Amino acid sequence: MGGMLNEAAIVTEGLRRSFGPIKAVDGVDLAAPAGTVLGLLGPNGAGKTTIVRILTTLLLPDGGSARVAGYNVVRDAEALRSVIGLAGQYAAVDENLTGRENLDLVGRLYHLGKDEARRRADEMLERFELTDAANRTVKTYSGGMRRRLDLGASLVGRPQVLFLDEPTTGLDPRSRFSLWDVIRELVSDGTTLLLTTQYMEEADRLADHVAVIDGGRVIAEGTTDELKSRVGGDLLALRVADRGRTAEAADAIADLGSGAPQVLSEAGEVSLPVAQGASLLAEVVRRLDAAGLEISDLALRRPTLDDVFLALTGHVAEADAGEDQEPGGPPRGRGRRPARSSA
Amino acid sequence: MSTVASRTAPRRPLRWTFTDAAAVTRRNLYRYVRVPTLLLFSTIQPVMFVLLFTYVFGGAILVPGVKHYIDFLMAGILVQTVIFGSTQTGVALAEDMSRGMIDRFRSLPMARSAVLAGRTLSDTVRNLFVVCLMLVVGILVGFRFHAGFVPALGAVALALAFGLAFSWISAFIGLSVRDVESAQAAGFVWVFPLVFASSAFVPVASMPGWLQAFARVNPVTVTVNALRALTLGGPITKPLLQSLAWIAAILLVFVPLAVNRYRRAAG
Repeated sequence: MGGMLNEAAIVTEGLRRSFGPIKAVDGVDLAAPAGTVLGLLGPNGAGKTTIVRILTTLLLPDGGSARVAGYNVVRDAEALRSVIGLAGQYAAVDENLTGRENLDLVGRLYHLGKDEARRRADEMLERFELTDAANRTVKTYSGGMRRRLDLGASLVGRPQVLFLDEPTTGLDPRSRFSLWDVIRELVSDGTTLLLTTQYMEEADRLADHVAVIDGGRVIAEGTTDELKSRVGGDLLALRVADRGRTAEAADAIADLGSGAPQVLSEAGEVSLPVAQGASLLAEVVRRLDAAGLEISDLALRRPTLDDVFLALTGHVAEADAGEDQEPGGPPRGRGRRPARSSA
Repeated sequence: MSTVASRTAPRRPLRWTFTDAAAVTRRNLYRYVRVPTLLLFSTIQPVMFVLLFTYVFGGAILVPGVKHYIDFLMAGILVQTVIFGSTQTGVALAEDMSRGMIDRFRSLPMARSAVLAGRTLSDTVRNLFVVCLMLVVGILVGFRFHAGFVPALGAVALALAFGLAFSWISAFIGLSVRDVESAQAAGFVWVFPLVFASSAFVPVASMPGWLQAFARVNPVTVTVNALRALTLGGPITKPLLQSLAWIAAILLVFVPLAVNRYRRAAG
C-alpha cells in the first residue's frame, strides 16, 4: 500500500481497442495520481466508455497497457476487481430487491462477510439519504434515487479507484447538483476517481485534470484552467437575429479578435477570442449596425470548456449527441458511427 | 508490456465459488417473492397442460399397456415443463445484460462462474416448485406412482437434472443473442420439435418411420422413458443411462460454452 502513493493510480500507455473497422480507442495515454479526479470529456462515441470498460476489466484491450492501483488490467484482472468500484451509464441495481438488499448483495460479492456487508449497506444508505427507502423495492425509486443507490453500490467495497461513467446523464438539474456534492465529498476522502462526462460544466466542477477525448484519442489535456487559457483571454459572444447572415457578422468583426472567430450558423452565433475586452464592445456594435445586422444577444465572458472543445475540434461537443451510445460491445449493426479518420 | 512491477495477486479461496453462487441464487429467487404473479404464471401454464391433455386428448389417445392416459402423460409433461422453464434462463440473463447487471457483476471480485451457476440453480429451484405442484394436480386427476417411493424421488431428481442441462443451453443462447426479445424467441423455437417429436405425449411407434428415427434418439424421448420406468415400473437401466449420458453430454458442451460467453460478454 505504501508504494501506491508514489505511483499514479491510473496509467495507460498507447491503449487501443477496435470494434471491427471502428477504432474506438486509438492510442490513449492517461495518468491520474492517487487521490485525484481525472475527467474524460468528450461527445458520445468518443471512446470514453470503452476506456472505462478496459480499465475495469470488462473489456480486453487490443494493444498498449494499463495499470490501475498498481495492477495490470489484463494479467491481474482478478485482483484488480477487489480494489475498484464502477458505476456505469445505467443504474445497475436490481429492481426486485430493496435498496438494502442490493447493497448487501454487492458487499457479499466483495467477500466482506455477512456483518460487514450489512454494516456498509447501512453506511451507504445513510450517506446517500436512502435510509427511509431502504426497505422498499428499487422499482419504487425515482431515477435520482436509483443513481444514488448505484453509486452507493460502487462504493461498498471501499475502492481505491472509482470509475463513474457519465454519472449524471439523464438526471434533472437538481439531482445532478446533489450528486455533484456527493462526488466532491467522496474524493475528499482520498479516493482516486475517473469520471467520464459530456458536460463541460461537470468536468469543470469535479475534475482536477481533464483529458478531452474525440475519435478515440486524447486531443488535449490539462487542468480546466489550462484548457480554458488555450482559447486565450475573453470571449466575445454574439447572436444575430437573422441566422442566414451569421457568416457576414463574423466577417465584419474578424479583425478585432486575437484569433479567428468561431461560427455556429445553425444557432446564429459567433464567438471571437479577444484581448482587450470591454473597449471593443462599442466598436463591434458600430460595425454590425453599419452592416445592417440586428443583434439579439451580445456578451463578453470567460471561456467555458465548451469553447475549448469547439476551438480544439472545430465542432461542438453536443454535435454527436444524436448518435447511438458508443460500443459497449461489438457493433450490433444499428446506428454505429462511421469510422473517423484520426484528428 | 509494462516496465513497472505489478502488485502480486492474492489467491482466492475455493469456498467463494460456492458462496458467490449462493448469493446470486438468493438474489434471483427474491424475484419470485417480490413478483408473485411471475410464479403464478409460470405454474398456471404447466397445470393447464396437465388438465387439457388429460381431459381433451386423454379420451382419444389409447396407449397400449397403460390403463389411464394420465399415468402415461405425467412423465412427458414433467419433461416438457422443465424444458419450457429452462428457456427462461437465457431470457433472464439477457435481461440482466441489457440492464447493466452483468457488467456490475463482472466488475466485482466474484467467481466467474457464480452468475451462471446462480441463475441455473435458481431456475432449478423454481422447476422443483413447479414439478411438485404438477404432481399434486396430477394426483388429484388420477395419476399414481406405481413403482414406489424411492423411484418416485429419482424421477423428480432426473427431471430437474434434465432441466438444469437445458438451462445451460438456454444460458448460452441468452448470452449470445443479448437482447430480451430475441432470447425469448430464440430460446423457444427449437424446443418444440424436441418436445413433440418424442415419446412425451404419444408412443413413438405411432409416428411415421422417418420421424421415429429422430424420436428414438431424442434426449426428450429417453428421459421421458426413464421417467416412465421410474413412475410406472418396467425396465429402467437402459433409458436411465441414455438419459444421464445426454445430460452429461449437454453439460460438458454447454457449461464451458456459456461460461466463455459470459467472460467475454459485451466484449
